[in-house]
Amino acid sequence: MDVTWYVVLSAVLFAIGAGGVLIRRSPLVILLCLELMLNAGNLALVAFSRAHGNEEGQVFALIVMVVAACEVVVGLGLIVAMFRRRLPLNVDEMRGLRG
Amino acid sequence: MVQVAFFVGAIGATGGALAVIALRNPFYSVLALVVHLVSLAGLFLLLYAQFVAAAQVVVYAGAVMVLYVFVAAYVGAVEEPIWEPIPGQRFLAPLLAVALLVELTIAILGTGLTALDSEGPTVHAGFGTPAEIGNLLLERFLVVFEAASMLLLIAAVGAVVLAGRRTTPPTSSASRPGSAGSGSEVAAGPHAPTATSSLAPADPPSAAEQGG
Repeated sequence: MDVTWYVVLSAVLFAIGAGGVLIRRSPLVILLCLELMLNAGNLALVAFSRAHGNEEGQVFALIVMVVAACEVVVGLGLIVAMFRRRLPLNVDEMRGLRG
Repeated sequence: MVQVAFFVGAIGATGGALAVIALRNPFYSVLALVVHLVSLAGLFLLLYAQFVAAAQVVVYAGAVMVLYVFVAAYVGAVEEPIWEPIPGQRFLAPLLAVALLVELTIAILGTGLTALDSEGPTVHAGFGTPAEIGNLLLERFLVVFEAASMLLLIAAVGAVVLAGRRTTPPTSSASRPGSAGSGSEVAAGPHAPTATSSLAPADPPSAAEQGG
């Protein structure tokens, strides 16, 4: 299998994730779609690491996983805080900072 | 054989990703994302990234998804109204996603990176094993490793600050061990509430939330 196949697959997954962020309004599902995009980037990193024959891309992918875990923890904390304050769980109604 | 494994993994990953954005219930979206992540771990194995595949299953599909399932069950099903702040957003958003896909595909297929049109160089035995990744992380990328651990610590503190309630009412925290009904805590008497509330500051708000 050429490495191109993997990179094209990662482009498909990234486009699906980006479309999900634009379509859905629940913050929980938007976080899930962010995970999709980060994983598409991970797949591309690992594929490039295979194409070049060294492991630095895999280390990069592991660090991306750590950053994704941090983002999930803070995002879910925000969602729980919104739920406890009886705020609407809808990103279109959370626009108090809009100018 | 490699082609069959690749296409099984690709179909699983793409189907899981489509199910994440298509399913209405966030709980089912989380389960679809688990399918997607496990399929991606299979693809990582095809690319000789053994340790990344194992970390993907253990950390992502195991730990992070459990966090998502808990929050999805805590928040419950959220109804999404059809109200659109931008007119035609339901049709513009998929159009933008398709445009992004077309642009990325043109860029990948027309690239000058000749290494992409091959299977990649033959790798030595032990490529991508935990030993080699650990060597890289602890020697060449040590600063990155330490920065990642600091980031995890900051995120954990931030999550406690965000999700915990700052002022705990004393009546609810005092009545909590009695309502729990555990024999040892009842025998411990008045010492138990102070000890538990000082050790676990995030725990009493959840009990108070369910009570009130």
